[in-house]
Amino acid sequence: MSKAQRFLAFKIASWLPLAWVLMDVAFEQLGPNPIQALHIRLGDWSLRFLCLTLAITPLQSLTAWRGLSDYRRLFGLFSFVYASLHLLVYLSIDHGFVWQTIAIDIIESPYIWFGVLAYAIVLALAVTTPIWAKKKMGKNWKKLHRLIYVAIIAAVWHYFWQLKGNIAEPMLYLLIAVILLGFRVLLVEKNRKVGKLMIPRGRKKPVADPLEIEGDV
Amino acid sequence: MLIKTEKDIPASEITDPQVFANRRTLLKSLLAMAAVGGGLGRPASANAENLPELSPTPPAIAHNYTNYYEFSYRKSEATELAQALRTDPWQLEIGGEVEKGGKFYLEDILKQQALSERIYRFRCVEAWSMVIPWLGFPLAALIKQARPLSSAKFVKFISVYQPESMPNQANNAILAWPYVEGLRLDEAMHPLTLLAVGMYGETLAKQNGAPLRLVVPWKYGFKSIKAIVKIDLLSHAPLTSWHRFAPNDYGFYANVNPNVPHPRWSQHSERLLGSGFFTPRRKTELFNGYGEQVAGLYNNMDLRHFF
Repeated sequence: MSKAQRFLAFKIASWLPLAWVLMDVAFEQLGPNPIQALHIRLGDWSLRFLCLTLAITPLQSLTAWRGLSDYRRLFGLFSFVYASLHLLVYLSIDHGFVWQTIAIDIIESPYIWFGVLAYAIVLALAVTTPIWAKKKMGKNWKKLHRLIYVAIIAAVWHYFWQLKGNIAEPMLYLLIAVILLGFRVLLVEKNRKVGKLMIPRGRKKPVADPLEIEGDV
Repeated sequence: MLIKTEKDIPASEITDPQVFANRRTLLKSLLAMAAVGGGLGRPASANAENLPELSPTPPAIAHNYTNYYEFSYRKSEATELAQALRTDPWQLEIGGEVEKGGKFYLEDILKQQALSERIYRFRCVEAWSMVIPWLGFPLAALIKQARPLSSAKFVKFISVYQPESMPNQANNAILAWPYVEGLRLDEAMHPLTLLAVGMYGETLAKQNGAPLRLVVPWKYGFKSIKAIVKIDLLSHAPLTSWHRFAPNDYGFYANVNPNVPHPRWSQHSERLLGSGFFTPRRKTELFNGYGEQVAGLYNNMDLRHFF
């Protein structure tokens, strides 16, 4: 399989969760509360793709694999796709676009605020995905895209704050998020130490931003 | 030397099934009578007139979408696991501040009560609702028979403790088991408050609270405790399970109220289960639509404080 073929295969595979849930809708396999089930399934997949997106950098550091940034972009975009569908189901299928009910629901439901925050970030990252946007934004692009760390924490929070006390599943995602973010903390530490070693004796100025060294975050 | 036959037949195997079978037959015939009665002239449950649009949720939904944390957090799994619950024979103990307490077999209680069908809205704190045709009798009838003392102000209900068939009881998961609920005595005596033994014209399925459960239609579903083994009349309010677990999230009263959101989610609207895609959620009503009958119980009470 060539590189391009492999990438295409992943692209197609990323649509499969959608095909699967649509099949379940068509064959009425979503149980007694199908609207909620559909809504949650899409949200789950958005969170999973977000985890995948954040897993690429550690994967590159820990293995000999290189050049996976296309995959990071792909998974990031699919996190956006599933989050958008999750939101669309909420607005349309569940609430029938009755804006008053929607507004009250959002205002009165703190767990939704975290969902809104996560979505706003993922949306901003998706919009600034094209190469020209990246070039135009310069250094700000990287700063903006670091908000993905906030997005994953907000998304996990959004998940577990709607539950009554059965937090096993969101805890699994929290664990994954902590591992993925913890890896970056270690990386920053390592770079800081390396950076110090690289400064000749007598001079004290450290590297301005340790993350700049790594390039990919 | 003791000569044994090849199979030792324990006494219970000879006598008990007969008794058990009789119990079941009795319950079934009672339910059948109630269902027929309900079909002909619906019993004078006030809501039948006030909420004429109530059409029951498809039974398959009510049978497969139920919170029963003693078994599992997942509703479908709870339905499966609940089949292990032993419900026959079943005894109910009535005690506390009463003159005539005691332990009674369920079938003996049912012989004295007239069962009727009540079609109620059922609103879960998770913002979904159903419409259930219950079969049961007013809790008030049972409490009156026990002759409450003047000191009795509250009613405490206790669910069965059966850790060998209830995995989350065995694991001490989430709540302090057994499950406890409570009502103020006037709420318990209200004619809408039901002790249910059946729904949809049949005996209660195990996942739905067999063999005996409470139904308080103007309160969130978690108040309607399942598989009751004990009813105590008390002079003070009992510490109820969800309130004990998260006092800021779940109050003692737990009246359905769209104006008092749960700290983490709105209670303004609900998904009526069985309604189709693109059907908007229905707006939740104060006291789940039973305000005309029950609002008087809460005169001069700040419902935001006593949530």
